[in-house]
Amino acid sequence: MSTPRRIGPGLLVDPARPLPFEFDGRTLHGLGGDTLASALLANGVRLIGRSFKYHRPRGIVSCGAEETCALVDVLTPHGRRPNQLATTLPLTAHLRARSQNRWPSLRWDLLSLNDRLSRFLPAGFYYKTFMAPGWAWERIYEPLIRRAAGLGRLDPPYAASHAATAESVHAHADVLVVGAGAAGLAAAWALGRAGARVVLAEQDVRLGGGALLEPEARPWCDRLAADLAHMGHVRCLTRTAVLGAYGHGVFAAREALPDGPGPSERLWVLRVRRLVLATGAVERLVAVAGNDRPGVMLAGAALAYLRRYGVVPGQRLAWFLNNDQAYAGAMALKEAGVDCSVIDVRRESAAMDAARTCGVPVHAGSRITGIRGGRTVRAIELATASGTRRSLAVDGVLLSGGHSPAIGLATQLGARPVWHEGAGAFVAPLDPAQGASVGSATGCEGLASCAREGFVAARRLAPDLGLADVAELPGGLPAEGTRTPAQALWEVPGRGKAFVDLQNDVTTEDVRLAAREGYTDVEHMKRYTTHGMGTDQGRIGGLLGSAVLAAARGVAVAEVGVPQARPYLQPTAFATLAGAEVGAHYRPRRRLPLQAWHHAAGATFVNTGLWQRPLVYGGAGWAPVLEEARAVRNGVGLTDVSTLGKIDVRGADAARFLDFIYANAFSSLPVGRARYGLMLREDGMLLDDGTTSRLGPEHFVVTTTTVNAAAVLEHLEFQLQAHCPGWEVHLSDVGEDWAQFALAGPRARAVLAALLPETDVGPEALPFMGVTTFGFRDAPLRLFRISFSGELAYELAIPVRHAESLWLALLAAGGPHGLRPYGLDALNTLRIEKGHVTSAELNGNTSAEDLGMGRLLKREGDFVGATFARRSAAAAPRLQLVGVRPEGAARLRNGMHLVRESAAADSLGYITSSTPCTVQAGWFGLALLTDGRACRGQRLLGVSPLHAERVPLEVVSPHFHDPDNRRVRV
Amino acid sequence: MLRIPCPWCGLRDEVEFRYRGAMLARPAAAAGIEAFTRFVYARANPAGWHTEWWLHVAGCRRLLIVRRHTLTHAIESARDALDAPAEPAP
Repeated sequence: MSTPRRIGPGLLVDPARPLPFEFDGRTLHGLGGDTLASALLANGVRLIGRSFKYHRPRGIVSCGAEETCALVDVLTPHGRRPNQLATTLPLTAHLRARSQNRWPSLRWDLLSLNDRLSRFLPAGFYYKTFMAPGWAWERIYEPLIRRAAGLGRLDPPYAASHAATAESVHAHADVLVVGAGAAGLAAAWALGRAGARVVLAEQDVRLGGGALLEPEARPWCDRLAADLAHMGHVRCLTRTAVLGAYGHGVFAAREALPDGPGPSERLWVLRVRRLVLATGAVERLVAVAGNDRPGVMLAGAALAYLRRYGVVPGQRLAWFLNNDQAYAGAMALKEAGVDCSVIDVRRESAAMDAARTCGVPVHAGSRITGIRGGRTVRAIELATASGTRRSLAVDGVLLSGGHSPAIGLATQLGARPVWHEGAGAFVAPLDPAQGASVGSATGCEGLASCAREGFVAARRLAPDLGLADVAELPGGLPAEGTRTPAQALWEVPGRGKAFVDLQNDVTTEDVRLAAREGYTDVEHMKRYTTHGMGTDQGRIGGLLGSAVLAAARGVAVAEVGVPQARPYLQPTAFATLAGAEVGAHYRPRRRLPLQAWHHAAGATFVNTGLWQRPLVYGGAGWAPVLEEARAVRNGVGLTDVSTLGKIDVRGADAARFLDFIYANAFSSLPVGRARYGLMLREDGMLLDDGTTSRLGPEHFVVTTTTVNAAAVLEHLEFQLQAHCPGWEVHLSDVGEDWAQFALAGPRARAVLAALLPETDVGPEALPFMGVTTFGFRDAPLRLFRISFSGELAYELAIPVRHAESLWLALLAAGGPHGLRPYGLDALNTLRIEKGHVTSAELNGNTSAEDLGMGRLLKREGDFVGATFARRSAAAAPRLQLVGVRPEGAARLRNGMHLVRESAAADSLGYITSSTPCTVQAGWFGLALLTDGRACRGQRLLGVSPLHAERVPLEVVSPHFHDPDNRRVRV
Repeated sequence: MLRIPCPWCGLRDEVEFRYRGAMLARPAAAAGIEAFTRFVYARANPAGWHTEWWLHVAGCRRLLIVRRHTLTHAIESARDALDAPAEPAP
């Protein structure tokens, strides 16, 4: 068990807890507290994967969530979990990880040939090359390209296993502090002490941020963290990345939970009053040839690996930098016994002198012009200030092109990026009404200065939150020395590829090509080259790409800008967003009061909105459906229509309101009667239909179609409150309070008489469209003589707790009459034959006139949609409701288009509903046909090119069954 | 996500509401097809402050009149529709 690159203790690792793990089938050893990346580095593993496009060898570039290259597959018992960031993935015992995008192996990758061919694979290559023949794109080119390019691949069994479970938590707070470095800690501490409810979100495993890397600052960090942990109103979330800002103080964050039983992630939806952005800064890459070789790393990452895990990236390191901050790493690694030399583009600086004192050789005013090597770094090409060029053998290169404030969240909130000369990068100050940006996110340098900014922001926000002044911060942060400003360092000309985006394999040449081809706007360049479009969103190279573009255009970087960062700021799995809402929990289920009975009776269920409705009892195919429907036509049937929307309308102005809502009159409806009503939208199209009954002078009950129940209630509330001010009307949704059953068929009256021997249900006492209410076993029972089937029929409504009692009583009373329960399919068959419309015909584009119900519209008075419904007919012929009857036994399909034999390409309309017939042979359908009523008797074709079907048919009346309504009125 | 300060229920998420568009007064019944065409189809669509209807369907079911800035989504006020008359169509 040898880990050659672990040279000492680290802040986060526990030497007493060795952990074996596996990478590409090789067993290696790490320590508790390691990430996969630190454990791999400790073992001297550098080659982690192959790149997206050129299949170049790639290693670990960073020490955190900004990682761009070290993406691996994790093999779990449920399957492969792709694209896991090695730099944040906690090492667990027997973790099995695998490299990505290589074949047959990581060391010998066949498609690394792409790198040799790269001259022919510039940005936009696919679009320019794979032009013809057109059919080949989908069948040949795209599959090949997809196979060759890309990183991890989704493993469908893993995705389907829902092994990575997430839970969602909603939380409210006064302040969200993003980032727990010196600035964030100070702000959270000060606000927490003053009594604010604070959520402190830190993506690292521990609070402290950059201060963790400075041993002298740790006691201060630990003290503030301990204080925060004791404040009950402060929630410190570590391993929590804020994913996006959604306005009005709403944020999403993802917390990675410790390995073990239970969910693996927690999605936080945070609602806060103010925001403190202490998101820090991310070190930038330098565009130098070979800057992607395994062994090239960001300077700050080397320091982090040493301090956090006791790991060094190599033994002979070259540091190429432009700023004082990056020297800390070189000096610390030198002290740890690593051979370090610094190449600084600046001629002099304070840090340079300090480094020399420590024994670190510094090449001032020099540059690295190339990094050589293959699967690992072997040497650098050095161009010194005096103009000499030489090669220097090294086994690692640490780059620092400066630090870019992390402004993604601020820009999502509308903050505009502005150039900060000192940082050599963009900052995005937050609108003071929203909160504050503090610390290195504003370009501030030095722990004490950053902490001060956090404190000042807290003091400013306190009055807004109704808090007393905040207590002074504890001291203890190290004093800051003088710093020499950074000098711009973007690209060093040299031979070979210099990358600006390591994840998407975008080079400086690609950026220049984009500029030459006219993609000079940074957002266009981004899309043309895919620069910054990877999961890392260009954190370490984004600004570098802008700088290369700026040079190509001959303008300042400040003028070019950076692409807008969008949610999600960290790669986020769909499983995280879905949380527990998967499988049966994807959406709620609405169950009928008699669900258990329907189930026991062998019903097949169908989803109608959220409802599950019995489709048919027993068996598949049309035979059982037709049996049920024929039972209604010839005897009697019973069906559960409890899913209909039911709205109680009461009040002195209830009748007047219904006159306004419906296109036909309701104030004239006597108590104890029902009427079919048409509801229009203001544009004259049909919104919904249904039966409305008057139960008392000021009491109506409106029924709606199942699917429109919520929409109609909303429509009624809106019209009442927006356009009928002062009217005394009360609307109540009683849809779930009442169960409703339809008893239909020539023998329905006999069944009813058996059920209610004391009551007169004869045609005089209860005529067609009559309504009555009486007691049934101590429950109010509403009896409506209405029909949707075309037969003599009644609907019975009863409070849901009595639903089963009534249903069973109906079955018992109907037994001697051969009563059969029927499902939604039979109900549909019956209504289609009768020419009744449902949502298939009420599709939002049909008017009452189109459906042949123009005569129902009130001639006088106002109602919603009146003006448009009454205007003179439109010039163009409209689709009108007709019936269609195919020849012989040919079957119809919903969606079939209607065409003339002579012009089969011109659709005249389409079939909306169709069914085999109950009492005659063959099929019947309802259709919307251009100028349909004038086409009665014509012969057309019903065609479905998708199914290669052509059915000759005749246009007939939509009222196929009992057009004179004799059967419903008996 | 918008958060709307419902005068009856407090600060609530947008998902509890249904947007009902610009607050416009319905023309008189006899106003004619042109007035109704404006009412149904014509919208001022300002880049700035906008007075609009939101129905709190998953709350008090009251219709609110909300003043919202269409560029910043800032909400200035939310009142019950009873408290203010609607504006004529543009």
